[in-house]
Amino acid sequence: MDSNHDKQIQSLLCYRYTIGQCGTGEKIERKSIESSIAMPQELKLILKHADEPGYGPDIGCYLKHGGYETLKKALKAPGRELPDGKKLSAQEAFRGDVRTSGLRGRGGAGFSAGLKWSFVDRSSGKPIYLICNADESEPGTFKDRQILHKDPHQLIEGMVLSCWANDVKLAYIYIRGEFPEGARLLNRALAEAREKEFLGKNILGTGYDLEIWVHRGAGAYICGEETGLIESLEGKRAYPRIKPPYFPAVLGLYLCPTIVNNVETLCHVKHIAAMGPAEFARLGTPNNTGTRIVSLSGDVQHPGYFEVEVGKVTIGELIFHENFGRGLKPGRQLKAVIPGGSSSKVLKAGEVFSLKRKGADGQMIPVDVPMLDLPYDFDSLQSAGTMSGSGAVIVMDDSRSMVDALANLAEFYAHESCGQCTPCREGALWMAKGLHRLTHGGGRKEDAAYLTHIAQNIQGRTICAFGEAAAWPVLSFVEKFWEEFQARGEADAAARTEAGSGANSNLKPYSYA
Amino acid sequence: MPAIATAAPATSVPPPVETVTVKVNGRTVVVPKTMPDWQGKPQLTTMLQAARLGGVEIPHYCYHDKLPVVGNCRMCLVEFGTPVMNSATRKPVLNEDGTPKIARSVLPYEPGTPRGAITCATPISPGMEIYADSPATKQMREAVLEFLLINHPLDCPICDQAGECKLQEYSVQHGQATSEFVETKVHKPKAVDLGPRIMLDDERCILCTRCIRFTKDIAGDDALGIVNRGSYNSVAAYPGRKFDNNYSLNTVDICPVGALTSKDFRFKMRVWFLKETRSLCTSCGTGCNIVIGSREDTIHRFEPRDNAAVNSSWMCDSGRLNYKWIGRPDRLRDVGVRGERSTWSAALRELHAALAQAPMGSVAIIAGARQTTEELYLLKRLAERFGAATDSVPRTGAADGFLVAADRNCNTQGARLTGIWSGTMGAQIPRIAEGIRTGKVRTLLVFGEDVTRYGIGEELLASLETLVVSDILPSATTRAAHYLLPGCAAAEKRGTFVNVKGRLQKFLKAVEAPGDARPEWEFLSDLVEGGVSRKVPATLEGVFNQMVREIPAFSGLEWARIGDTGAAVPL
Amino acid sequence: MSFVIPKNLEAELDELATHYPVKRSASLMFLHALQEHFGFISNDAAEWTAGKLGLQPIHVYELITFYPMFRQEPIGRTQVKVCRTLSCALAGAAGIREHFCRKLGLDPHAHVPQTTPDGRFTVEFVECLAACGSAPVVLVNESLHECVGKGQADEILARGK
Repeated sequence: MDSNHDKQIQSLLCYRYTIGQCGTGEKIERKSIESSIAMPQELKLILKHADEPGYGPDIGCYLKHGGYETLKKALKAPGRELPDGKKLSAQEAFRGDVRTSGLRGRGGAGFSAGLKWSFVDRSSGKPIYLICNADESEPGTFKDRQILHKDPHQLIEGMVLSCWANDVKLAYIYIRGEFPEGARLLNRALAEAREKEFLGKNILGTGYDLEIWVHRGAGAYICGEETGLIESLEGKRAYPRIKPPYFPAVLGLYLCPTIVNNVETLCHVKHIAAMGPAEFARLGTPNNTGTRIVSLSGDVQHPGYFEVEVGKVTIGELIFHENFGRGLKPGRQLKAVIPGGSSSKVLKAGEVFSLKRKGADGQMIPVDVPMLDLPYDFDSLQSAGTMSGSGAVIVMDDSRSMVDALANLAEFYAHESCGQCTPCREGALWMAKGLHRLTHGGGRKEDAAYLTHIAQNIQGRTICAFGEAAAWPVLSFVEKFWEEFQARGEADAAARTEAGSGANSNLKPYSYA
Repeated sequence: MPAIATAAPATSVPPPVETVTVKVNGRTVVVPKTMPDWQGKPQLTTMLQAARLGGVEIPHYCYHDKLPVVGNCRMCLVEFGTPVMNSATRKPVLNEDGTPKIARSVLPYEPGTPRGAITCATPISPGMEIYADSPATKQMREAVLEFLLINHPLDCPICDQAGECKLQEYSVQHGQATSEFVETKVHKPKAVDLGPRIMLDDERCILCTRCIRFTKDIAGDDALGIVNRGSYNSVAAYPGRKFDNNYSLNTVDICPVGALTSKDFRFKMRVWFLKETRSLCTSCGTGCNIVIGSREDTIHRFEPRDNAAVNSSWMCDSGRLNYKWIGRPDRLRDVGVRGERSTWSAALRELHAALAQAPMGSVAIIAGARQTTEELYLLKRLAERFGAATDSVPRTGAADGFLVAADRNCNTQGARLTGIWSGTMGAQIPRIAEGIRTGKVRTLLVFGEDVTRYGIGEELLASLETLVVSDILPSATTRAAHYLLPGCAAAEKRGTFVNVKGRLQKFLKAVEAPGDARPEWEFLSDLVEGGVSRKVPATLEGVFNQMVREIPAFSGLEWARIGDTGAAVPL
Repeated sequence: MSFVIPKNLEAELDELATHYPVKRSASLMFLHALQEHFGFISNDAAEWTAGKLGLQPIHVYELITFYPMFRQEPIGRTQVKVCRTLSCALAGAAGIREHFCRKLGLDPHAHVPQTTPDGRFTVEFVECLAACGSAPVVLVNESLHECVGKGQADEILARGK
């Protein structure tokens, strides 16, 4: 396997080389790949039926495609006896399965779903809640939308299974306010499921009761943060909670143990139940199991969502391959890739990363991997100093100004900061203002350093990960495209000097002293 | 009575306090594993509490001992370290010198960069090291202060908070002199009329939410909130609703900056000119501990003073603003004898002579339960000499379930313990009135009450041979006095009160009384001295110490040993 | 209070409140329903919600001012929300918004929501609508329009009531 892997890397290098040579020559590009490695392609687990002609969100269609069979089977499953004689209830056994499946959260952090479930305080005597995070709002991400709109019953089945496994009696789907149609479809699907006894009192005659309600957000990115979401579901401003002490698994919704899982994650739970954890873990790559839906947008010929095995497809393939992005627009060169939603650190075309790979002798050895050859998985992107986050890839070609792109993102974060804690509240808008100035003729040569200074004082200092989300684009854009930022500032400064308006009072450093 | 099991200890020895050893700035500190939270419930000791026990105060804005922890200001971020544990043995890994190996906190995604923890909410763990003044900690503070200041109006010269502003103080202690900020500031509402007693400047606000938490969790009036989002967040009341609960001014005290100001105090006085005197509120029987802020002989404000046994850190607005009468221009300033201005020596000499003539049983004393315990004690001594009936005037209102007590006298219990009244307060007053009517009572001493409002009308007063009145403000009773002895407000003297729960608390003198007014205990000493053989000490300490020897409830107390928070006495 | 809420809407809201063990949780759902019915959330509606859910009006006001989907003023019958965030920006969202504004006689440079004087349209920039693969996208009332070019924008305006 190891040598095989090396071969794969080699062939990828070859593939990369081909693209470099041919620019947008799609035919040659595809041919070269076909001749070297297996065709990178989609593997549709969650989206198996969603886009089939005639497939609809109603329960009849879902049942026709084998829907809720997994649930029926799981609810009737007996407990399991371990080799050591320890007896597990069916729920405990299934929770173990989710853990051994290696499923990692698809919302952004990529944390082990089974481990997250294992943190739940089951001895508090309080009810345990489960919330489906359907607040899809990380810029670049549009995967949950597909599930919610096209296959809501799959999510419901995954949720009922997850709730059953965790003794949850009341669950919510927190759907972003801008998905009114999604909320309607979900409500209808839930009603259908209730009618068919997949939901409600005494589900399928097993004595298990569960209710799921749809709760709509109202336009706040911060509701994607699980404790912000919980506050919002409690009818408050979506202010993330401090951790400690408010770990949702212990003190979540109404200060009860709470599980918050992403839409895609919960759908995967259904597939783990259907195919078994071992089979699920065979998909993808070690520690990066299963499939995930990648949202591809920006400067590619064929943007869209693609369900792929985690780590089996590279960033380069996602952008250039016929089965995915189909390359850049004619005559364009790649400039940058945001690999995991707008919060992830940007990757620059031509970057090469030193990744640890298992060598032939089993030792971990550093291997140079060009950016485009990074396998699209959790660990590789983390090793490359960024993250696969919510699975959203935004591509930018050489026609793009990184300064303008960052100004756009900074405005997003300034708008979305909840304002609860100081560094993010003040820093997010400060960065946006600085970038607005830099993109509107008021740039200074020190602005690159200025922006970095602000971002560094935000990351790691805030209540929630929004601090990182707001800081990382700034830190990475400025660091990797320093000259571009520098040049923009210098050009503005030069223009001001020429115009004799160098003494713009607004641009003088402010002194407190 | 069931036999006590021999295995169990007969006496209850408190269990040893479980402790945790941590280091604060390199010094080993042993702290309790749990400490009281804002509600007094034991919770794991936080880094902030541990540092405090180690003598290091970590700067903070949103944290307040008496409010729920929210951790939003980030001012208390501190770099820390924890012992490295061997993952297999779960034992600490040791350095070569045998000391535990410590891992400094770093960002998980950037191991070269220190990570801070908010000390207000992070519990300590064994072996934790708190680096409250490391370069990384200092940098975090500088950054938070820079963030707090970029949109701040920096209007200290016209801000009432200047001089007691945590933003000023921390900027000097922990901030940097300049900022890189070159953008336009965010503008927010200014001079917002939040309620009858409070003005809000949203631009000065640092959004620590202390005011919101206070009014929700302490005052029980969830009247404030934050409106808008992000950098535009602003503290507000609902449009058209007034923030007017009787505790609203506490938010001004706990506001760490100049965002909330008291309409009563704003623009009147620079705080650094104020003399601060520990005193007590006299508006009800709770006896809230206060600090009087005065300059020269003018009182400018009352603020609550911490006392866990009485008022925590709070006081009601009505008590706080109940000081203006002290400076009223019609205060009684002159000693009067039969309507003529006199002197203390002449009046007291004449009064001694008059009292010397009074037969047993012909004297009655009505002593306000707002007089100090020492004064009431002296009045009781005087009463004993004449076999005089004594009483106080009850004064009640609605209790609010928090600090305002139904008893609106500040020393009802002092009056009872000194024997001024017993049974039912005020029950003697009709009898005294009857005594005057029948001519049995010929001499009446009234301290701090207008008895014409309580059944002893002006006609009755006019029929007395001798009417001695001590008070602060003029009334029908003072106008009828043969001997008018101007007294002092609590702010103008020293003494003690016993609150409704039996806490004896002392207060100190903040300002001079106007004109010839004297503390009542002083001239009462003279009066008692002139009439009885026992020596009455000439100092308040002496009077107090003599009183505690004679009144069992006070036994064991000593003036010098009553701390700032008082002492419990059995009622 | 002259504020009147139709019986069937109140019944719908009463049912919604039963979805939560703590009534306050229903706040957002109440506000959505009230806004759908009245077009915006008046102070009366906010106070009514507070009363219904056992809250102080400030609690509701905190929400209305935090969540951008809630409005305190009436807006146009056709609400045009142009996604502003990166993928849509790369695909020309700014031009699309300008196009809407110019066609409707609104200030193409103003960033805040603008309503035409006849009350027909409100045009605003919103943050990511989670349809980046078909950028630029526009949410017209409740329906999403994808890959919106000037032609499609004109159609939206023609259909707008």
